[in-house]
Amino acid sequence: MNRTTYHYLAIAVLALLGVAAPYLFPAYLSQFSKLWLFIVLALTWDLTGGQMGYNSFGNVVFFGVGMYAAAAVQVALYYPLAAYTAAKGGGTEFIFNTSQFLTGLAAGLPAAGVLAALTAVALGLIILGMRGHYFAIATLGLAIAAGELASGWDLIGAGSGMVTPTPPDSLDTTTLFYYLSFALAALTFVFLAWLYSTRYGLAINAIRDDEDKAEAMGHHTIRNKVIAWTIAAFFLGMAGGIFGNLSKFIDPIDVAFNGAEIGVWMILMAILGGKGTLWGPVIGASVFYVMKELFWTYLLGWQRVALGLLIILIVVFFPQGIVGWLKERWPSRFGPTAAEMEAADAKGEA
Amino acid sequence: MDNLNLLIAAPILNVQLLLDGLMIGAIFALAAFGMALVWGVMNIINVAQGEFVILGGYMTLLLVKYGLPPLLGIPFAAITLFVLGWLLYRLIIWRIVDADMFISLLATFGVSIMMQQLMNEIFGSDVRTAESGLGMSYLFNNMVTVSQIKVLAFILAFVIGLALWLFLKRSRLGQAIRATSQNPRAARILGIDTGRVYAATYAINAALCGAAGALVVMAWSIHPYAGLPYTVRSFMIVIMAGLGNLGGVIAAGLGLGAAEQFAGFLLGAEYQLAFVFLLLVAVLVWRQINLARKRQYLK
Amino acid sequence: MDKPLLDVRNISKAFGGVIANKNVSLKVEKGQIAGLIGPNGSGKTTMFNSIVGYHPIDAGEIWFNGREISRLRVGAIARMGLLRTFQQTRIYGKMTCMENMLISLPDRSSGFASLLRSRHSAGVRRAKELLDFVGLYSKRYLYAGDLSFGQQKLLEFAMALINEPEMLLLDEPTAGINPTLINGLIDRLKRANKELGITLLVIEHNMRVIMNLADHIYCLAHGEMLAEGSPEDIRNDPRVIDAYLGAH
Repeated sequence: MNRTTYHYLAIAVLALLGVAAPYLFPAYLSQFSKLWLFIVLALTWDLTGGQMGYNSFGNVVFFGVGMYAAAAVQVALYYPLAAYTAAKGGGTEFIFNTSQFLTGLAAGLPAAGVLAALTAVALGLIILGMRGHYFAIATLGLAIAAGELASGWDLIGAGSGMVTPTPPDSLDTTTLFYYLSFALAALTFVFLAWLYSTRYGLAINAIRDDEDKAEAMGHHTIRNKVIAWTIAAFFLGMAGGIFGNLSKFIDPIDVAFNGAEIGVWMILMAILGGKGTLWGPVIGASVFYVMKELFWTYLLGWQRVALGLLIILIVVFFPQGIVGWLKERWPSRFGPTAAEMEAADAKGEA
Repeated sequence: MDNLNLLIAAPILNVQLLLDGLMIGAIFALAAFGMALVWGVMNIINVAQGEFVILGGYMTLLLVKYGLPPLLGIPFAAITLFVLGWLLYRLIIWRIVDADMFISLLATFGVSIMMQQLMNEIFGSDVRTAESGLGMSYLFNNMVTVSQIKVLAFILAFVIGLALWLFLKRSRLGQAIRATSQNPRAARILGIDTGRVYAATYAINAALCGAAGALVVMAWSIHPYAGLPYTVRSFMIVIMAGLGNLGGVIAAGLGLGAAEQFAGFLLGAEYQLAFVFLLLVAVLVWRQINLARKRQYLK
Repeated sequence: MDKPLLDVRNISKAFGGVIANKNVSLKVEKGQIAGLIGPNGSGKTTMFNSIVGYHPIDAGEIWFNGREISRLRVGAIARMGLLRTFQQTRIYGKMTCMENMLISLPDRSSGFASLLRSRHSAGVRRAKELLDFVGLYSKRYLYAGDLSFGQQKLLEFAMALINEPEMLLLDEPTAGINPTLINGLIDRLKRANKELGITLLVIEHNMRVIMNLADHIYCLAHGEMLAEGSPEDIRNDPRVIDAYLGAH
């Protein structure tokens, strides 16, 4: 069996598992939904962090923007948003019937992606000119500022947060959100797999390896960087939209712009799995999420200590990540062989 | 913008805000000295800076608990944090000195969130403050009040800055630190124990933060999760001043302190933090535009 | 005679108090191989950096192909077909040689859409030819970061060639290259000039190489243009000899 076979086998198993999970593990469906979303978080972080070398502490901004955008659109289609948030979700007059709820989602999730992407364009044009740690720290500042700003904005509930629309009882939202999460993860994976196979994939790798050289060779580096961040933001925004509905309540600092947890988790998952690889974030997210679900509740009060320790351990002792380690250990089995590369090039030549 | 009218109607308020700002700015500068030192010598941006400051505050509270005068907290916090800094270097930081900058950012970030929650478990989550025992001064017919601990903080920032400068210029260890910052390999070849130099640098940084924290807890207040803004302020100050410019660090610190006081007053205290973080982004953008103008956007 | 392809007119550049270039001019005709020599610290690399937009110049103008480029940014100048290689060789270390080549294909005329094609869709044959041309064909699926310094230098040269520039500025192409390979490199530079029609401006310390290679040579000393002329003229110019002997 060669690498390509493994690759397709893994995809087939995951796809099968994804589709069948509601029948196999009905009790754990919401956990599985979050797992798929976590995979999206790790994959999109790795697009800029791993493939392009731009390590962001602030991708959680797009997650939060998407979360608020989806909820706001879902509500605003049928009720005045200000009145809804003022009632803090407690008002009995804000009822959504099945068709209203589904229409809201159908409009809200794409809106979440688009708004997050627009945010990325605006922010990216300003700060993607910065290099290395200046970029990283600027994004850290943005993530916290976003949370603080959201806590002060009355229209979206300010510091007391926002309740997402309550679905009608007749609707099985657990399964609905599960399939939405699964579909989003699948879409993100397939899209990125394709993107990395294009010349654009090479172009962002070039930025990672030596941005000055890429610039000197005439690449449109700024444009390429902004596009990568925008793509990441689009998928992240939709993930945020689903996540908000799953959580049923959006707190500006503890849920939407939760830089200290979700924002760090996505970095950690990508590094744990292997930065700059397609499968790394998927594996890293799965391993991390399972560990988190198993142990997190026992660590009450010590969760951040554990997280901090985990960060230090991974970053200091295991920076290459699981896939990176496998590639080092068995290069011919997990890395592309010269013969495979030759064949791929030959196909292009024909 | 009601508060703006207030400022115009009562100009004396400006004096009050400015004085408060300058004095808090001096404390920011103290922590920024340390960040500039670690950044310049070890090429590490220490994200745990703010947690060192907060821990310095808790060390002072510890003294108070045993009935000792809080002013002793300044040297006590500096000494305990020095030891902690040394230990942290020997445990973790030495492994990341030569690593990629993002690795050190993440690792010190890990230290930072660990410290946050450890402090929360040990000292509790309340907002705490310590009574310095010093009084208040009243200026301009009692229109402006200045607490003497803030004045002390202001003076101490200058004294410590000067002492640091002298230490780096004159002492053996100071010279070794400067040599290592310029070329660690050459320094190693000349027989300088760079590991020890790094440990000392990191520990001195922690001690500076500790002293700053002792002042913060007496002049204002602390809680376990209040560290990050201090990290961000130090970072901003160092960027504005440039590495290896102690005078610039003081000036930038004072300016930042004043700007924050006015912003807090005008925008409302709930936006003061947002202001700090947006100012960070603004400072970075300003730096970027400057570099681009000089066509120096490339390394 | 046509207008020169590259026309540097009286440029000056100072770093703080250090004057790196003082009122220097230089012209390179289309199809020429021009050389730029001078003792260490005479301002050759500064001049290169000024031309390709790495820093702003204090005074003077730079024209390329009939357009003033003194204020353009690095990427824009490169897209006009004026490319440079680095003294400290720069390649994409975590990518294979083939990938290094494929991403160096020119995308000047086409927009973003062309980037969305498969990475093997274009230029594979050309990349292989040029890797063969510089003698790296057998290494084409190795990671560029694992090559030796000299090989990286050759790869960088091949990457520049596949970009099909009108003009190429080479900063010490033979430094760090095994002496036995230098003759081969000179031959390749000449062939690139003849067969691919690329105008060259070469900084070089090795006198034997530059005399052999260039049609026209400029000599910088202490930031000023000391002399110019054919290799023969330069070889016999007492000022040039002085500058070199004085510097050692």
